[in-house]
Amino acid sequence: MIPQLIEWLTDPAHWRGPDGIPKRLLEHLYYCLVAAGFATLVALPVGLFIGHTGRGGTLLVGAGNALRALPTLGLVTFLYLVVGGTQTATLIGLVVLAVPPILAGAYSGVQQVDRRVVDAAVGVGMTRWQRLWQVEVPNAMPLILGGIRNAVLQVVATAAVAAYVGLGGLGRYVLDGIRAVDYPKVLAGALLVALLAILLDVVLSGVQWLVVPAGLRTAGVGDVGRRRPRRPARREVRGETTDTGGGRVDGGAGHGLRKR
Amino acid sequence: MARAWGARLIEFQSVTKAFDDGTVAVNDLDLTVEAGTITVFVGPSGCGKTTSLRMVNRMVEPTSGRVLVDGRDVRSADPASLRRGIGYVIQHAGLFPHRTVLDNVATVPLLAGWTRRRARSRAAELLEVVGLPEEVGRRYPAQLSGGQQQRVGVARALAADPPVLLMDEPFSAVDPVVREGLQDELLRLQSELDKTVLFVTHDIDEAVRVGERVAVFATGGVLAQYSEPPELLARPANDFVADFVGRDRGYRGLSFVAGAALRPDEVETVTVGAPGVVSGDEWLLALDEDRRPRGWLRPRATVAGPLSEQELEPGGSLHTLGLPLRGALDAALSSPSGRGVVVDRDGRAVGVVTAHQVLELLSTERAAADSEPEGGR
Amino acid sequence: MTLDELGRYLGSPSNREQLAEQFGQHVYLSLVPLLLGLLVAVPLGWGAQRLPSVRAVVFGGASVLYTVPSLALFVVIPGIIGTRTLDSINVVVALTLYTAALLVRSVVGALDAVPGPVTAAATAMGYRPLRRFLTVELPLAVPVLTAGVRVASVSNISLVSVGALIGTGGLGVLFTEGFRTRYLAPILVGIVLTLLLALVVDRALVLARNRLTPWTRSTPGGAR
Repeated sequence: MIPQLIEWLTDPAHWRGPDGIPKRLLEHLYYCLVAAGFATLVALPVGLFIGHTGRGGTLLVGAGNALRALPTLGLVTFLYLVVGGTQTATLIGLVVLAVPPILAGAYSGVQQVDRRVVDAAVGVGMTRWQRLWQVEVPNAMPLILGGIRNAVLQVVATAAVAAYVGLGGLGRYVLDGIRAVDYPKVLAGALLVALLAILLDVVLSGVQWLVVPAGLRTAGVGDVGRRRPRRPARREVRGETTDTGGGRVDGGAGHGLRKR
Repeated sequence: MARAWGARLIEFQSVTKAFDDGTVAVNDLDLTVEAGTITVFVGPSGCGKTTSLRMVNRMVEPTSGRVLVDGRDVRSADPASLRRGIGYVIQHAGLFPHRTVLDNVATVPLLAGWTRRRARSRAAELLEVVGLPEEVGRRYPAQLSGGQQQRVGVARALAADPPVLLMDEPFSAVDPVVREGLQDELLRLQSELDKTVLFVTHDIDEAVRVGERVAVFATGGVLAQYSEPPELLARPANDFVADFVGRDRGYRGLSFVAGAALRPDEVETVTVGAPGVVSGDEWLLALDEDRRPRGWLRPRATVAGPLSEQELEPGGSLHTLGLPLRGALDAALSSPSGRGVVVDRDGRAVGVVTAHQVLELLSTERAAADSEPEGGR
Repeated sequence: MTLDELGRYLGSPSNREQLAEQFGQHVYLSLVPLLLGLLVAVPLGWGAQRLPSVRAVVFGGASVLYTVPSLALFVVIPGIIGTRTLDSINVVVALTLYTAALLVRSVVGALDAVPGPVTAAATAMGYRPLRRFLTVELPLAVPVLTAGVRVASVSNISLVSVGALIGTGGLGVLFTEGFRTRYLAPILVGIVLTLLLALVVDRALVLARNRLTPWTRSTPGGAR
């Protein structure tokens, strides 16, 4: 299997023309950037606002949970038939699926900022606006970017699925390959999609590292000096982690909301 | 205190504990914990007191040296079985949040293979011993107050009737009033159960209050002094101990001077509710019908109607006849009239003392007896 | 689309039969991996929580795995484990891997959240490690773990549909069929049934958690 795969990938014919690897890769990338960009523009302000005011949080959590269960293939085929078979219809689907993780990240990020820190911000006389930008957003950065990373992964995966309704991109290789019983092609497509996803995630984790204030990066490392029994963070066991965003949105790469 | 049958002796023999990063937590510790006593390890944080304690039940292994319980090296025993024979109480109690209070207390008996029925009935017994009502057994730890949780922690440690009890800052997380109650409870329990108790605290007041012997640890895991509380307060071995014991050590030392010889003076009294009271040049002690002190009426005061509590100055602390002199001095110092109220065991006023009287008594006591009193606990 | 269309679709006995069959397939393909993934994640998380080196490897592997899009994983698995390309076992394996990757973090997080004094007390009372894990730490981990299982279940239920692209059953078949015949009714029914299934399983998980953790509900009382 591996030799055929290498053979397929190194065949110069597969690197040229409208179905060539560079073209498909750029297409895929383009869908992802457009969809994730749009979703960020919509979801980030709303998430920050809701997190800041605390109003509408429950509604948001409920809506987010419902959207998480939405099957991508169903959404994509549904939009294709309803909006009409255009690329726009498919892109709408991608945006819809990218919104919840960004919303959840921004909302829970701001929500989970230490209340004492926010109190201190009020205490030193910051306006609401200053509090949001100088205190809440920087502290929420890890979760905000975690949400965006999730959204990008979501979109990369969904764009591959959306090849089913005729969207370009790397998903084409997989689906065309299945139809033509050309397994090396299927495998090559899968590999390229996976690599793209991993690459984008690595890039975004780099961005996350750069943007997150240094003081938050080291948080939680704890003192390494003297051993002492672990003191409890709280008196009782935690009931349940905030179930806003899904998995543990903790800045690591594996905190996916859901997979496509 | 006599060595009780079944109680154990704990020996530290040249025990050193160094962590991987080079910090020395305990430095060449040689110490014997007498059987059937409460021995307190006290010191600032990082002095190795907790580490030393945890070496007894092998939660920490020494780098060198030996720890013996009843003459046997703890390392010759399987850790889990060793631990089932040693009670352990920690700060925040460490109760299992997912088990009812009764099942928490029944834990060790169950581990030891008792039937559930027998373990639970033993647990119910123990709740009573530590002064908790029976219905608490059905609750979960989160439903209890900090003080109650701590009592459950003690009950759990006692469940299998271990001869040795390790207590690691057991009362540090509760407020001072509750803490004092728990300390009294521990002393009462100990007078009945006669365990060998090793008690760690960073609070010197707690140390001298509960400890029959106190070991003061200095930073770096060095044992600075090991003696009985009155000795510790009266003759600190070095500057570190003097400093740690604090400025008030002379005053604290009064806790160990018996007040049996104290003879309170008479005082003019008035009963709350009496009509038309006029005081002279002296303060009047106001009592209720049961002769319990309610407060003081200032000199040259005139009360037209019946004497109500609003007209009174609140009193200071009360000194119970027969208890150590510390209470008497405090009563005198905190009283608005400068005279401390002395009450009997039922709380009825028997007279007053001045600070001067207490100090005089103190110097005669010191002159008369060179030997240390056993202590007034 | 009109309601008539929907009514006609649901009115046909053969359609209803197909719906029931695909729904059953969907339940099977999403819940079996959930269980298997949990069984894999618990021991893995146990090891990762204790040993930093294991933690690094497991977390690294889990995050890379989680980054791989489902369609890609579905089609790569036959090449790795030698199953047939269009076999539903591929979906089961892939979703098991995703579930395990997600839950291993939950397990570690849940174990980390067990209060230090509680484990210290258990050790001091003479619990041996395995017993302590099974009777003290694992029960206490249930609330956090359930949160992870809920996410994984929703994720699995919506992902099974993608399997239709590689020819496995489940409600995804309704989407491909609707697309091929340009017929909206099966797509709509498929979406609704998927959401419904996710909701029911989620409720069931919450109920199970509440049954398993009676101590979390009874907080008011003495003091807090």
